[in-house]
Amino acid sequence: MNETSAKTRSVIVEREIPYPPEKIWRALIQPHLIEEWLMKNDFKPVVGHSFNLRGDWGGVLDCDVLAVEPNKTLSYTWNFRHDDPAYNLASVVTFTLTPTRTGTHLRMEQSGFRPGQKQAYGGAHAGWQKFFANLEQVLARVD
Amino acid sequence: MPAPHDILFRSLADPTRRAIFERLCRQGEQTVGALTAQSGVSQPAVSKHLGVLKEAGLVRDRHEGRQTHYTAQLGALAPLIDWTSQMAGFWQSRFDHLEDLLKRMDQ
Repeated sequence: MNETSAKTRSVIVEREIPYPPEKIWRALIQPHLIEEWLMKNDFKPVVGHSFNLRGDWGGVLDCDVLAVEPNKTLSYTWNFRHDDPAYNLASVVTFTLTPTRTGTHLRMEQSGFRPGQKQAYGGAHAGWQKFFANLEQVLARVD
Repeated sequence: MPAPHDILFRSLADPTRRAIFERLCRQGEQTVGALTAQSGVSQPAVSKHLGVLKEAGLVRDRHEGRQTHYTAQLGALAPLIDWTSQMAGFWQSRFDHLEDLLKRMDQ
């Protein structure tokens, strides 16, 4: 927890991908393809469509499609309901595709994390192994 | 390093203890017996590890009849973790999967 302000924070991950936007777009909107790289889902590329992303750790995210601009922008909510406000997560994920000479610049921004957020569901599963690897490095330095 | 971090690091420094904690994170609530069966150490040893984890606030116990059930308290790790970097790590690994998928889509 590095920040103490009341503002929400964003996570931005960007990557140059050696494929055209049209091909990446398919992987972002076709349920059987989404399942292969992200999670099980009942996604439809229709603004207002409500769907779930189901993680293999048992977590279920509630999502609503906010924006669909073929081959350019896809945005949906990424919410995890929890009775404890510290665990409750209401965020928005936006993918932006920009064609480049060699392929596509893919940008993902997830916004809405509050400074007091104790858990980032969806990240927790993938993050654990990294966390423990980091922890071991820190421990090696502690002594 | 502040004292609360020291306690957390110390309690997670032991590999057996960390394995018990990780199992509780992955599998949810477990009895001491179930944890012992998977840990490769004796029940008293498991109970001792659980005691250390409990002192650090990393687990909570619940008594039901003769059984004691333990659950992981992920909130106790909050001081150690910047969740935004966790989430960034999540997306990086998903993008790795996405690139693998795009390669396969070529065929």
